[in-house]
Amino acid sequence: MNTVNLKINNIPVAAPEGATILEAAHIAGIRIPTLCYLKEINAIGACRICVCEVKGARGLAAACVMPVDEGMEVFTNTPALQKYRRTTLELILSTHRTDCLSCPRSTDCELQQLCREYGVDMDRFTKKQQNEMVDASMPHLVRDNSKCILCRRCVAVCQKNQYAGVIETCERGYDTHIGCAFDMPLSETACVACGQCTAVCPTAALRERDDTDKVWAALNDPTKTVIVGPAPSVRAQLGECFGMPIGTNVEGKLVAALRRLGFDQVFDVDTAADVTIMEEGTELLHRLKEGGPLPLITSCSPGWIKFCEHYYPEFVDNLSSCKSPQQMFGALIKTYYAQKAGLDPKNIVVVSVMPCTAKKFEIGREGQSAVGLPDVDISITTRELADMIRRAGIMFTQLPDEEFDPIFGIASGAGHIFGATGGVMEAALRTVSEIVTGKELARPEFREVRGIEGIKEAEYDLAGTKVKVAVTSGLANAAKLLDRIKSGEAEYHFVEVMACPGGCVNGGGQPHQSGDVRNFTDLRSLRAAALYSEDEAMTLRKSHENPVVKELYADYLGEPGSHLAHHILHTTYVKRGLYK
Amino acid sequence: MAIARTHILVCGGTGCSSSHSQALIDELNRELEEKGLLGEVQVIKTGCFGLCALGPVVVVYPEGCFYSHVTEADIPEIVEEHILKGRIVTRLLYQETVVDDKTIKNLNHTKFYEKQHRVALRNCGVINPENIDEYIAMDGYEALGRVLTQMTPDEVIQTIKDSGLRGRGGGGFPTGQKWFFARQSKGDVKYVCCNADEGDPGAFMDRSVLEGDPHVVLEAMTIAGYAIGAHQGYIYVRAEYPIAIHRLEIAIKQAREYGFLGNDIFGTGFAFDIELRLGSGAFVCGEETALMTSIEGHRGEPRPRPPFPAVKGLFGVPTILNNVETWANIPRIILNGADWFAGMGTERSKGTKVFCLVGKINNTGLVEIPMGTTLREIVEDIGGCIPNGKKFKAAQTGGPSGGCIPASLIDTPIDYDNLIAIGSMMGSGGLIVMDEDTCMVDIAKFFLEFTVDESCGKCTPCRVGTRRLLEMLEQITSGNGTLELLREMEELCYYIKANSLCALGQSAPNPVLSTLHYFRDEYEAHCVEKRCPAGVCKKLTRFVIEEEKCKGCTACARACPVNAIIGEVRKPHHIDPEKCIKCGACMETCRFNAIVKR
Repeated sequence: MNTVNLKINNIPVAAPEGATILEAAHIAGIRIPTLCYLKEINAIGACRICVCEVKGARGLAAACVMPVDEGMEVFTNTPALQKYRRTTLELILSTHRTDCLSCPRSTDCELQQLCREYGVDMDRFTKKQQNEMVDASMPHLVRDNSKCILCRRCVAVCQKNQYAGVIETCERGYDTHIGCAFDMPLSETACVACGQCTAVCPTAALRERDDTDKVWAALNDPTKTVIVGPAPSVRAQLGECFGMPIGTNVEGKLVAALRRLGFDQVFDVDTAADVTIMEEGTELLHRLKEGGPLPLITSCSPGWIKFCEHYYPEFVDNLSSCKSPQQMFGALIKTYYAQKAGLDPKNIVVVSVMPCTAKKFEIGREGQSAVGLPDVDISITTRELADMIRRAGIMFTQLPDEEFDPIFGIASGAGHIFGATGGVMEAALRTVSEIVTGKELARPEFREVRGIEGIKEAEYDLAGTKVKVAVTSGLANAAKLLDRIKSGEAEYHFVEVMACPGGCVNGGGQPHQSGDVRNFTDLRSLRAAALYSEDEAMTLRKSHENPVVKELYADYLGEPGSHLAHHILHTTYVKRGLYK
Repeated sequence: MAIARTHILVCGGTGCSSSHSQALIDELNRELEEKGLLGEVQVIKTGCFGLCALGPVVVVYPEGCFYSHVTEADIPEIVEEHILKGRIVTRLLYQETVVDDKTIKNLNHTKFYEKQHRVALRNCGVINPENIDEYIAMDGYEALGRVLTQMTPDEVIQTIKDSGLRGRGGGGFPTGQKWFFARQSKGDVKYVCCNADEGDPGAFMDRSVLEGDPHVVLEAMTIAGYAIGAHQGYIYVRAEYPIAIHRLEIAIKQAREYGFLGNDIFGTGFAFDIELRLGSGAFVCGEETALMTSIEGHRGEPRPRPPFPAVKGLFGVPTILNNVETWANIPRIILNGADWFAGMGTERSKGTKVFCLVGKINNTGLVEIPMGTTLREIVEDIGGCIPNGKKFKAAQTGGPSGGCIPASLIDTPIDYDNLIAIGSMMGSGGLIVMDEDTCMVDIAKFFLEFTVDESCGKCTPCRVGTRRLLEMLEQITSGNGTLELLREMEELCYYIKANSLCALGQSAPNPVLSTLHYFRDEYEAHCVEKRCPAGVCKKLTRFVIEEEKCKGCTACARACPVNAIIGEVRKPHHIDPEKCIKCGACMETCRFNAIVKR
């Protein structure tokens, strides 16, 4: 690639041709503030916080979109620019509800951070009008336009990454606001509840519904046995909330923190992931033998499920009937575990900690109650758990490493990698191939399905049967893949779909990372690496070898896919279409 | 085409159409039929004549009688007297054309037309825009033929470059240069676009060209398609221009039938076609990238540049976009040569410019003048001065992006660079004349209200900044201004100019800055003395009855809608300022000039 030589703040920089001033500055070790910019999906130059001076140019240049040129001389931090940026911030604040003291994003807010840097500490302009619309119609998130700065990152992820496009910029000028078509509530749209918008929002305009009060209440209720289980990817991200490097696996501290919060049992949803593999693997084998419907498509990601129901209802029959690991976890707690521990399921509160906002939607779905009670009572995100840990005064980074409670606390490496795109596929392949071939895999790794590309394909020979698989993440990629399947252009036996780009490690409920980090870090790979290295370090790497799983089937469920297993661990779907 | 002894031209532009010129045409045809004259007399609906203030306009040739303010009731008389008996109906004549009882003067020798030079408007008010044959009779499509058969694309671009033609839409970018860049850009697919999203308050040049001479735009776009290597054109025209749209549709259909659009134009194998795209009236869609975003089917919002449209425009391919008036010049430049065009105008602004002369001026209408004509010539000669003998205070050009030119600069020759130098801009050609009763703070507020309304809301400085700026102006006009506020306001203006994403925001503060520059004393009077010198800002204006002049006739008290005037008969009255809503009804009623604004 050709290089372009330029000077930024008098520092010589060599940047690749086509790079933006923002990127070139990053190479030179200069940070230019951004608000609206999100690499690859939201390069719109709208917020104007990144404006720079270019020698000889007619006006200011927005660093996020202005390509560098040979011999360019850029200044990113002149007194005039500082003043301009201050005014931009003041103008944004003049429309912003500044209840920063108790705002859920306080100290984690990109606007607040910039105001602090630029010394904008009061409202220069009198507030005249602000959009007070609050949309809490969905169970997974709250949209509060009084905090919105109209950066449109949410619109970009919703349209470009997730293909849903249920939010857009409405009206114009000063009345511009983010909303659904005809300003309908989100619940009336085909929102898939993935929560990607909440992950990229720089302020508190989009955030998950806060369910921590419900958890505190359960913990303080002496009549309840409160059981918690974190999802595979949570351990790879929770550390970020406490200043630890991206990709730090904090499983031991996570267990310790949950125990200190007062949960009666700290279990691992990874164990349920292993059970999912047993059920889904059996289903795959069954469908391969009985001839369909194929491809079998995974059902772990509730955002994907809702997407399929709304946008591709013709594929609903292809979905695996397996509940997601979260729901299997809850269902098994309220049946198998309750029986084993001699507890009335009515007195059990199951709390899941998830990388996901769609899980909040999933727990309320029909067909998700094995014993007439919700399988899972409360689902909180990684971010909410971090808030609880802070409020409880637990010094997270200083916690000792602890182990999950044994009854439901042993998981295989296969269960761990569920958190990354391709993980479910690989876990299933490990088990299915050993069942089919009857031989132990020399190296239980299927590297073709790993990595953060949007669509991955592979073909495996399982004892003479060719199995074609595809893995996709991010719903726009899923849509592309489904279109190809629909047109007959591609044919697969087994497909893994994760709603969020990169899988759960980049889920809607994961810790916020500012644009400064997102735009220059491969978040997905770093986070996924933590899961894969955990898997690699283990001797137990296949779901069907998990002793807890074996015991579960031997003592309770019988065979995978048994009548009882079906009753407890499987569910049904709805063909929704776009308008319901 | 049948040969007629007499042609009756009736203006079918939007202005005259709204004063029912169609009814005149129907009535004329009915009368002519009744008198058995239909074969020898032809009624033609044309585009705009320019003198909109006199509409509806009817012109009878060969005499060249210019009848103004014609009503349906006048038609029998025109037919009976003029057409049948050959006696001109003098009472209906535009008075400027009357020399004496027996003689009339050629319209082109009247003060309104004398200093005009019609290039872009040459066919407006002359031909029937719905008949391609009439356009062809005026050398229509000859330029296209010449281009396709005798010129290379590079020669076409060189001719346009040499002519010195600059974009008439506002920015004044050299047209030939734009085409050159688009030709240089690699790509099998390229587009030619026409910006007919005219949105400045008080501007209707583009509408008039489209209504009066739609083929000129089609011909010019096809020439440009040949020059840059494009085969598809789009005309983005606002849906509020139904007549223009209707005539464009007819024109495109006719051009296709005649083989001037389509797969094998003039049998040369060159293919080009044009489609219409209707805009829904957002001002920002006149900005080139917003216009293209809108054609693509998205929310009409500007995109950052670079990439420039010549490199990556409509649907991501090289695109040129020119304004209607720019297009209207192209065929003439090809036919008459670059030197002919470059011979008109000033050093860096060649050719002519169409202006919409509106506001406090006698001859409201459409005028086309050579670049370099002074503002005084436009206002005093062409415009026929200010009504009621009032004094000229300022002229506003460039619409909401432009600025005000004060009386002291009335002798400035109008061209791109001079206007920029005095803090205004050419814009698309709106020219609003203001008299001494105009409050400049109020004018700035008016234009800013427009921009605030029309901001697309994408970038912070324009979305929020212009709104805050407007609030500051409102503070000033309501008597809450301070000199400190003026300073802050000026600073915010410069911030918005420097930081906005597109030209709409970058130029939004111009009306404020230019009035601040030339009329700072008025702003200061509002802020310090809490007084509106022009008596426009209601909160700063008081109506007072001068006791010595008041006869106590009670007329004002009866006219007052809120009973704010108290007084006994034949004794001086007075106005209760608490109740007064400052509507001015009393002042209009008083026969003794006893009521004044303070």
